[in-house]
Amino acid sequence: MSEPLVIIGNGMAAARLVDELAKCALGRYAIAVIGDEPRLAYNRVLLSSVLAGEATSQEIELKPAAWWRDRGVTLKYRATATAIDMAAREVTTSTGKHVSFSKLVIATGSSALRLPVPGGDLKGVHVFRDSRDVDLLLELATQRKRVVVVGGGLLGLEAAYGLAKAGADVTLIHLMDRLMERQLDAPAANLLKTLVERKGVRILLNANTARIHGSDCVESVELADGRTLDADAVIFAAGIRPNTSLAKEAEIPVNRGIVVNDQMATGTDDVFALGECAEHRGTCYGLVEPAYEQARVLARHLAGKAAAYTGSVLSTNLKVSGVSVFSAGDFMAGEGSETLLLNDVRRGTYKKLVIADGALTGAVLVGDTQDALWYLELIRSGADISDIRAEMMFGRALAVRAEAA
Amino acid sequence: MNAVDPHLHATRTTCPYCGVGCGVLATPDGNGGAAIAGDPAHPANLGRLCSKGSALGETLSLDERLLHPMMRSDDGEMAQVAWGDALDHVAEGFQKVVAEHGPSAVAFYLSGQLLTEDYYVANKLMKGFLGSANVDTNSRLCMASSVAGHKRAFGADTVPGCYEDLDQADLLVLVGSNAAWCHPVLYQRMLANKQTRGARIVVIDPRRTDTVGDDDLFLGLKPGTDTALFSGLFAYLADNAALDRSYIDEHTSGFDDALVRARTIAGSVVATAKATGLDEIDVATFFQMFKATPRVVTLYSQGVNQSAQGTDKVNAILNCHLATGRIGKPGASPFSLTGQPNAMGGREVGGLANQLAAHMGFTPVDIDRVRRFWKAPHIATHEGLKAVQMFEAIGRGEIRVLWVMGTNPAVSLPDADAVRAALSKLDLFVVSENVRSNDTVNAGAHVLLPALAWGEKSGTVTNSERRVSRQRSFLRAPGEARPDWWALSEVAKRLGYGASFAYTSAAEIFREHAALSAFENNGNRDFDIGGLMKVSDEAFDTMAPVQWPVREGTTKPQARFFADGQFYANDRRARFIAPEAPELRTQVSIERPLRLNTGRVRDQWHTMTRTGLSPRLGQHIPEPFVDIHPDDAAQFGIVDGGHARLTTDYGECVLRVIVSERQQRGMLFAPIHWNDETAGFARVGGLVAPITDPFSGQPENKATPVAIVPAAFTQRGFVLSRIPLEMPFGVQWARVAVTGGVGYLLSDSTDVETWQNWLKPLLGDDAAEYEDVGQGVYRAVSFKDDGIETCLFIGPTEGALSWDAVKELFAAETVSDDQRRTLLSGKSADGAASAGPIVCACFGVGRNTICDAIAAGAGTAAEIGAKLKAGTNCGSCIPELKRLIATSEAEPDQQRKVAAS
Repeated sequence: MSEPLVIIGNGMAAARLVDELAKCALGRYAIAVIGDEPRLAYNRVLLSSVLAGEATSQEIELKPAAWWRDRGVTLKYRATATAIDMAAREVTTSTGKHVSFSKLVIATGSSALRLPVPGGDLKGVHVFRDSRDVDLLLELATQRKRVVVVGGGLLGLEAAYGLAKAGADVTLIHLMDRLMERQLDAPAANLLKTLVERKGVRILLNANTARIHGSDCVESVELADGRTLDADAVIFAAGIRPNTSLAKEAEIPVNRGIVVNDQMATGTDDVFALGECAEHRGTCYGLVEPAYEQARVLARHLAGKAAAYTGSVLSTNLKVSGVSVFSAGDFMAGEGSETLLLNDVRRGTYKKLVIADGALTGAVLVGDTQDALWYLELIRSGADISDIRAEMMFGRALAVRAEAA
Repeated sequence: MNAVDPHLHATRTTCPYCGVGCGVLATPDGNGGAAIAGDPAHPANLGRLCSKGSALGETLSLDERLLHPMMRSDDGEMAQVAWGDALDHVAEGFQKVVAEHGPSAVAFYLSGQLLTEDYYVANKLMKGFLGSANVDTNSRLCMASSVAGHKRAFGADTVPGCYEDLDQADLLVLVGSNAAWCHPVLYQRMLANKQTRGARIVVIDPRRTDTVGDDDLFLGLKPGTDTALFSGLFAYLADNAALDRSYIDEHTSGFDDALVRARTIAGSVVATAKATGLDEIDVATFFQMFKATPRVVTLYSQGVNQSAQGTDKVNAILNCHLATGRIGKPGASPFSLTGQPNAMGGREVGGLANQLAAHMGFTPVDIDRVRRFWKAPHIATHEGLKAVQMFEAIGRGEIRVLWVMGTNPAVSLPDADAVRAALSKLDLFVVSENVRSNDTVNAGAHVLLPALAWGEKSGTVTNSERRVSRQRSFLRAPGEARPDWWALSEVAKRLGYGASFAYTSAAEIFREHAALSAFENNGNRDFDIGGLMKVSDEAFDTMAPVQWPVREGTTKPQARFFADGQFYANDRRARFIAPEAPELRTQVSIERPLRLNTGRVRDQWHTMTRTGLSPRLGQHIPEPFVDIHPDDAAQFGIVDGGHARLTTDYGECVLRVIVSERQQRGMLFAPIHWNDETAGFARVGGLVAPITDPFSGQPENKATPVAIVPAAFTQRGFVLSRIPLEMPFGVQWARVAVTGGVGYLLSDSTDVETWQNWLKPLLGDDAAEYEDVGQGVYRAVSFKDDGIETCLFIGPTEGALSWDAVKELFAAETVSDDQRRTLLSGKSADGAASAGPIVCACFGVGRNTICDAIAAGAGTAAEIGAKLKAGTNCGSCIPELKRLIATSEAEPDQQRKVAAS
């Protein structure tokens, strides 16, 4: 008899966990997945591609229905988990169902932050989070609306690009003096700005949203410095917040996210969490890669094998067509590190490699990310790069040849 | 080699480089360039060309040409002026100084690159009309000792043999001649003789040059001891019954005294070995070979001539040939290899301070004869100052007006820094030139006159075997460039001598020159081309190469002199000369412990004003260097591939180091070519002692005492640019022609920031940069229209990049995105290994490519040639191919490493 395992959330972390479990503990668990979105799990990262018309909604589906079926997974989508009853060891859903578990995995992800500014609740203020948001935004774009995107991070840039590509008149406003300040240094951010502007997005930096004007619907955005931007819609893409309310109500320990240990176990027995809703060693990740690593660890743990998650080396990939951006590790070059720089503005290339103690510790790539994965691998492995230092900037092919010589 | 389109019209002309005088077929491309091929019909080369000649098509650009007369204006800047104004100024300057200070205060300094007609008019103007014999020439640096030696022995400056002797000899003795590099086409002829007829080759040189083949006898004697070797030979021939007694008795004088002297200098094999530093067995072998081989040609060049005892060296050689009667016979003769395309023409004209004209000197009879022929109002009556003394007189203010034509004395003369300083003192300093800028022009010239260059000018030149060939024009005269004879004649007219200088063509001048050679000759002077004095303009245009003498009324060609024992002294006898005991005039000391030998590299010519324009020729040896023996290198802390500072009593240089066993201990070797136009701190002429031969006045360029210390540079790099750039001060640089522009190889010890600041104004809107500050690496490229406009690569000396891959992209019109991606790596992106430094300049085959072929089984130069074509044109790289084969056999791994470096 298989042990009932319930996963709350039908996102990328959940899909990966099922995949990993099927590899190392096939048949051990009877898995049920509860998700509120009305469709099969999809690659959220590619939503901006759908917005930009570069992928269809179907194409971003992670796995076909048969895949889930073959792994004996019960899929309950369009169903929101509303409560966890630890005593009864069951999850209640918005459809009134009670789903029993012996092990519970919370993978509820995160939600887009809405800035607490006056007018933030006006009609025409949106977020960009799931496939339903994409449909809304596409509608704005086809009507050639004037859209202000708030937030110059990964999400904001992708939304702005997608909207512009789909036909909207887009202004992106960002609080900080440079785009993606948590992933990019100033030169990279400047180049990125140029490149995104070339794609038809207006960008305003040091732009603090003071209020949104409109009688019924959005009419304009006022900045703290007094500037006003006419707008038909505002998209908040200024950060995310882990979805923890369900856990909190079940008295599972929550800090910013649901607190987990190196086995992804929460403070409550038999309850685990992973992905953007989880907080590991004080960090809530907002990227898919850590969620995947966590899924691997959790699957092994659930299979009864030793496994530990010790944190992720972060890397960022921006998906704006023709504007590749990658950032990983100590991209700001901390003390005691050395920097290799390559700058080719017209080609749209900026590359920075950070080296410390003979190993690659950080990288920022704009415009040319062909070797991003190789750099990431080098950062993660901490391999000695002394022999390839002279060539590594120019890609793996050259560097490997140099090493062989 | 440039391909020749058979539909285009080819002009037959003569190569402007060495004294071999090869025939060239030049086919203009209609855009100012020309395809170049060897002329199969020319007897000097029979279709062959060397690497330099083959690349002539790459040297025709007008980019750096002087195209208009220029004069220094009051603010010190050079400004374009009309020809008339420039000529007026020159004439006035000469007139004024002659009037105030006499004719000895004016001088011409000419060049072995001038045509005979230019030479003739210059010589006539100075010696017949201005009244001075201060006409000297860069030939003084080249073969003056041979001239003096010939005159002492033969009573005339006669080259007795001809090129066919090289085909017919059984023994070829090369003394002080790196013919493989400096006379490649003749060297190939000698090799062909060796291969087909089994001729033996002996090379006598303090350096083991590429002229030394595997199976040749190499005599690496101590510098300056040639006279001892040939004295020893003379004594050996006498002691071993190898003399031609009847020839000696009937046709020579001075034999006994000369033999006594020879015995004093080196009376035996043992004494010879001791005096020369050679092994007795090698000396004995050479003597035995010479004795036993009637058909022997002794060829000599700068190693003999450029010496304070050069004339004695020449006579020590001639003594051996006279004593055996091996002179002017098929395959048996002494043979002076001339360095320049028309040094011989200059000698025929008399364009040297110690000759008057047409092989006549300053005897009263000759002076009178020439005066009458020229109807000269002010005939010079005594010798003028020879080159080194001429510039010393300029330095002392005794010569106040100088007209330099077609040469670069501020680079090429000994103590060249002093020469440069002297030039700045002149009242009037006129330069007739092809280029706007060179060290001489920049030494304070007041007037620049644009001369015609090769391909534009028309007239005659004479090669080492007395063969007069036409240089013909196949390109239009650019800008306002005019023939030198025209400029000289115009000045003569302004001085009031118009009637004697009313020349309208080179043919007209040639006829007068021919007439003078025959004037009252009667067989008393060797140089006689009277048979050509009535040549029509048309016949001059189509004149085939012809060997002199061409006496009027005789149709029988004469290829050789003196087999009949008829010499040109009054008694018709040759003279044996008793040479001084060999001794260098300078001493090494603790401060100057080594001696500096100077010379040439294969693919450059003189001061590079022409060869320096060819990207192909720039690839063989791109940088000025010094060769040093490994033991000396170890003693003085000098590292192969590093740099060294050379100091003599006269100047300083910084050169790249090549540690080589081919160099003998105690001797350094540095090439003469580089100068302030082409490199920083590499004016080797500035190091050379201004010590001259008492008879020829030729300077000793090959034995200056010198000190060497390491000069370490932390950084190494290069610049490629579409236009010439000025390097930052203090940087060691060498300029190299590259396809599409100009390259600079750099060494320095400044910081990256200096380079960034230097480059900043050159980087346009479209630029890419790479830096690794921790390693001191900075690279930047500026693009224009998707091609590279300028680039700088600088980094630590250790592991410095080769520029081959970048040069290739620079040469391309556009750089693809893929190429641009890896461009700043300096590595070839396609994974193909770099071809390496060019070894075969004719076909552009690199060292790495050759090493690959060797690794793949090519075991002989011929097999490499069959595979890669390398060595199959001029053949001058064959010694290097063989060396690569030998090295790869000895140390396969190390060779690869060297090749990759």
